[in-house]
Amino acid sequence: MTAERVVARAPRALDPGTAGGPEERRAAPATRRRPRGIGRRAAVLITLIVLAGVFAMPLLWMVSASLKPENEVLASPPTFIPSAFQWENYAAAADGLLPFFLNSVKLAALNVTGLLFFASLAGYGFARLNFVGKNVAFALLLATAMIPSMVYLIPQYMLFREIGWIDTHLPLWVPNVLTPVFGTFLLRQSFRGVPRELEEAAKLDGASIFGTFWRIMLPQVKPALAAVGALTFMASWNDLFGPLIFLNSTRLQTMPIALVLFQGEFFTQTNLMMAAATLTIIPPLILFFLAQRYFVQGITMSGLKG
Amino acid sequence: MANTQVSASATDAPPNRSRREKPRRQNLAGWLFVGPVILGVLAFQIGPVIASLGVSMTNWTGLNEPDFLGLGNFVALFTTDTRFYTTLLNTAIFTVAMVALSIAIGLALAVLCNQRIRGVGVFRTLYYSPAITNVVAIGFVWFWLYEPNNGLINSVLRGVGISGPAWLSDPSTALIAVIIVALWQGVGYPMVILLAGLQSIDKSLLEAATVDGASNWLRFWRVTFPLLTPSIFFLTIMQFISSFQVFGIIYVMTSGGPNNATSVLIFEIYQVAFAQGRLGYASAMGWVLFLIVGLVTVFQWKMEKRWVHYDS
Repeated sequence: MTAERVVARAPRALDPGTAGGPEERRAAPATRRRPRGIGRRAAVLITLIVLAGVFAMPLLWMVSASLKPENEVLASPPTFIPSAFQWENYAAAADGLLPFFLNSVKLAALNVTGLLFFASLAGYGFARLNFVGKNVAFALLLATAMIPSMVYLIPQYMLFREIGWIDTHLPLWVPNVLTPVFGTFLLRQSFRGVPRELEEAAKLDGASIFGTFWRIMLPQVKPALAAVGALTFMASWNDLFGPLIFLNSTRLQTMPIALVLFQGEFFTQTNLMMAAATLTIIPPLILFFLAQRYFVQGITMSGLKG
Repeated sequence: MANTQVSASATDAPPNRSRREKPRRQNLAGWLFVGPVILGVLAFQIGPVIASLGVSMTNWTGLNEPDFLGLGNFVALFTTDTRFYTTLLNTAIFTVAMVALSIAIGLALAVLCNQRIRGVGVFRTLYYSPAITNVVAIGFVWFWLYEPNNGLINSVLRGVGISGPAWLSDPSTALIAVIIVALWQGVGYPMVILLAGLQSIDKSLLEAATVDGASNWLRFWRVTFPLLTPSIFFLTIMQFISSFQVFGIIYVMTSGGPNNATSVLIFEIYQVAFAQGRLGYASAMGWVLFLIVGLVTVFQWKMEKRWVHYDS
């Protein structure tokens, strides 16, 4: 039966003429399997390790350079282990980065909480409430997912200049939290998977629509909230374009721009630069390790059809 | 979809009295829930997009009284602005390379990470980690790796007897160098999507193919690959849209140089709008970008049924 299914699905996949009877077909792979299996596994493992080296090399080089004395960073031939571990590079870099770190943390917190709030409201509305114009509103949201951000950035910039938002943190979170297109799709999808009985029960208990949403439904979609929250954190933390065009004052800048500013200041001190670069990537890496499951879930769900 | 909702609400509704006032309350509740996001999209995206079309037909700098130029900016882009052609060509090369290679490498990595080997999760995490690293840090690290004399890459090449190029400062290799960095950072996303695709494949299909004596190679191309085409199709669309809008890596590593060898569309728009203050001209460039992205995406959807295999 299974063989039929394969043939039906992939008609040209198998040529019955080359194989013998069913007995032979089954026997052939079985005898070869063991030695080939071990050889193949070893080959896969070696490939995985070599590739891991290639992928990790730039980041390892960064950490290694961040601990070296200045003159060793570009020594010839290249060295990997620093002759002396200069941990004070990190103290110097951390000292310079602290105000920018606080700005990045503040913006990430505002983006994550704000976006989760508005995206879950809209996601629930689209998943479970019936109202006039729902399909039009949803189509509008779908359409905006297609628009390259560059097209609306210039008028946005003019708008923010008009209302005095340039050189404040407002343009770096207010538009984001009010346009959570991907988050709304993902949460809508999750809300649709919650059994209706839960809402019915809450309704019978006299809960309001908002109360049902907030106390009964929201806890049901925690994994999706974590996924959207994690991706939002990354987008906020690593945003380069927004701070670049909306902020002028150094004291308001975020971590990625701080690195750019550092470069101007300490261009020759590559070891300090690398210590600073390492510090900027640590928070997202920690978050990624802690919430890897949710990341993968969020990324994967972005690949599903709405 | 609309039908099922209508019938669902009809059955949910209590029989009498409240029937008439319920829709009104439902409408209000619904719009209170989705309203903030819809208003946000209108105010921060749809409105500005329409405004942008208007601005693209002027010589506005943000300070002057704008003159209406009609399609003048667009005509200038395609007739007198030779730099724009270079930019479009660079963007196209970057995009084609990124779409093709990131999906191909992502597929290879996904297949490797899908093997039943202990600790494979560690490798998956490693391959994905560049994707969560900020582009400024990445740009700095690679800038030094590419350093022509004592950088790690040319040192290693010298070790095997190859005299490496000047990478970022040579116009003939700068774009390739940038593509390598972008791939290093960018393959994690296709890998995760394709890994999920691989894991959702019905194992009995693969077992049946094995039973029928199909080699691993044949089994992959005739059974696995066709079942992955929906994921690959999704990735071609996503990778096209994101690669066509590359900015950070160019800003940090080359600023479009040397000699315009790495100037790409978004970086040019950024320069024209925010360094030169030519908002009208930059908006016209933005609309060209929008039209190209839109047309190519529509074309991709049209081609979908030629090669994408949908099966329950």
